[in-house]
Amino acid sequence: MSSLRLTALDALHRALGATMTDFAGWDMPLRYGSEREEHLAVRTKAGLFDLSHMGEITVTGPQAGEMLDHALVGFVSALGVLRARYTMICAEDGGILDDLIVYRLREDAFLVVANASNAQLVLDELIARAKGFDAVVTDDRDTYALIAVQGPEATAILAKTTDADLPGLKYYAILPAKVAGREVLLARTGYTGEDGFEIFCHPVDAEPVWQALTAAGEGHGLVPCGLSCRDTLRLEAGMPLYGHELSTDLTPFDAGLGRVVRFDKTTNDGAFVGRKALEQAAAAAESNPPKVLVGLVSEGKRVPRAEYTVVSTDGAPIGRITSGAPSPTLGKPIAMAYVDAAHAEPGTTVAVDVRGKHEPVQVVALPFYKRAR
Amino acid sequence: MSNPQHLQYTKEHEWLTAAVDGVSTVGITKHAADALGDIVYVQLPEVGDTVTAGETCGELESTKSVSDLYSPVTGEVTEVNQDVLDDNALVNSAPFEAGWLFKVRVEATDELLSADEYDALTNPQG
Repeated sequence: MSSLRLTALDALHRALGATMTDFAGWDMPLRYGSEREEHLAVRTKAGLFDLSHMGEITVTGPQAGEMLDHALVGFVSALGVLRARYTMICAEDGGILDDLIVYRLREDAFLVVANASNAQLVLDELIARAKGFDAVVTDDRDTYALIAVQGPEATAILAKTTDADLPGLKYYAILPAKVAGREVLLARTGYTGEDGFEIFCHPVDAEPVWQALTAAGEGHGLVPCGLSCRDTLRLEAGMPLYGHELSTDLTPFDAGLGRVVRFDKTTNDGAFVGRKALEQAAAAAESNPPKVLVGLVSEGKRVPRAEYTVVSTDGAPIGRITSGAPSPTLGKPIAMAYVDAAHAEPGTTVAVDVRGKHEPVQVVALPFYKRAR
Repeated sequence: MSNPQHLQYTKEHEWLTAAVDGVSTVGITKHAADALGDIVYVQLPEVGDTVTAGETCGELESTKSVSDLYSPVTGEVTEVNQDVLDDNALVNSAPFEAGWLFKVRVEATDELLSADEYDALTNPQG
C-alpha cells in the first residue's frame, strides 16, 4: 500500500478535482485543470500553491548564525533580521547536497527551508554540523504548512486578508503577521519568476488561510496551481531544481552559481564545510571551465527533455539536458542543459537528440523570462 | 468513467469506432488525455501509411511526458485529423469527439476491450 504523506490541504485538493502525484514521498497536486492555464494565470494574474512538502528546519541559539556559516556555503550570520537568502549546503568534496532558503527570524533564530527530497539529509547534516556550537537544530517539517500566492495580483489579493505592511515587505524578507486572523510567517519569496508571497502557517490553519485567499482572489483571476506549472514557471525563470540542474556530482561553481559561496566569511576564521574543495572548483571554473549551464530554445514542437543528449551541428555529443518543457510564455520548447564551454555562447546553434532525431536548438542567455518591474 | 459504450478500447488507452464501410476512427481515451495533461505535440501516421495492430504509429507529447500512440488495428490510414494537428488541445478537450486522431481501413484487429472492460482496467476499485 502507498504510504504517501498528505498535506493539511489534502481533502481540499481532492474536492477541487486535482490530479495528484507522488513527489518525494508526498501526495501533491500536479494540476487542477490545464497546467498551461495555471502557468499563464501566475504570469498574468495569480496562482495559489500548496508547498507543504518543503522541509522546514529551525536553528536557534546564541551561535546559530556561526553554526550555519560553518554548515552552509553562505554568509548567514551577516543576514539582517527578517531577511532571507538563497544558499546551499555542500559536502566536504564541494558537491551540492541541497539548495536552500534561509530566513533570519530573530538575532538568534533561523528558518532553513530545504527541498522535500533532501529534507531528512539536510536535517541530519545540520545536526551533525552543529556539534561544538551553542545552537539547536529542530525538525519543524510538521510545524508548518506552506502556501504560496504568486503573480502580479498577489499583493492585491493578500492585502484583503492581512493588515501586514505588504509594500514594506521587501523581496527576500519575512514578517510575522496575521493572515485570515491566523498567526503566520509571511515571506516575499517564490519560485515562479513573479512577485509573490510564501505563507508558513500551522497545519490546522492551512485550510482557513487557503479559503480566505481563494475568496480574496475572486475577481483577480486567482487559480489553484499544481507542481506541474511550478516546474515550467521556475524553468522559464532560469531557476535550478535539485536533482536536475543541481546534484552531489556538481559544485555551485559547476552550476554557474559560485556567487552563493562566500569565501569572504569572517566567522569561524573563514572555515566552512567544503571550503577547500570549493576553492579548487572556483579556480577550475576560472581557468578551465567544465560544462556550462545554458538555456536552449527550439523552433520545433518536440520538447528536449531531461537526460536527452545535446549534440553539435556535426552530431558529436557535447552535453545533456537537465530540464525541458514546452514554454507557455514563449510558445516554444525550452530547456536547460550542461554543454561544453565551446558551445555555450548565446546564439550558438546546437541540436538535441530527441528520440533519435536531431532537433536544432539555439543557445540563449538565462533566464528565458524576466518579469517587467 | 465516461467511456462511451459504443466504442472498443485497447490496454494502451486508444479507442476505436465500429467500422463504417470498412473504416474505423481511432483516438485516445479521456483517461489517457487526462493522464498526459496539456498535449503540445501530436505526430500521426500519414494518409496511405499501413499501421499494424499493437505497434506504435505516432506520438503524443505533453508538458510532462511523451507517450507512444499504438494502433488498435491493422490497415491503411485513410484520413488524419488536421484539426488536431493544428490545435493539439482538442485531444484534451474532446478526446472522444473532435479530438479523434486518424481513420483506418480495417484489415485485422487485435484483442480489444469493451467499455466495461476498459472501465475495470482504468478504475480497478470500481
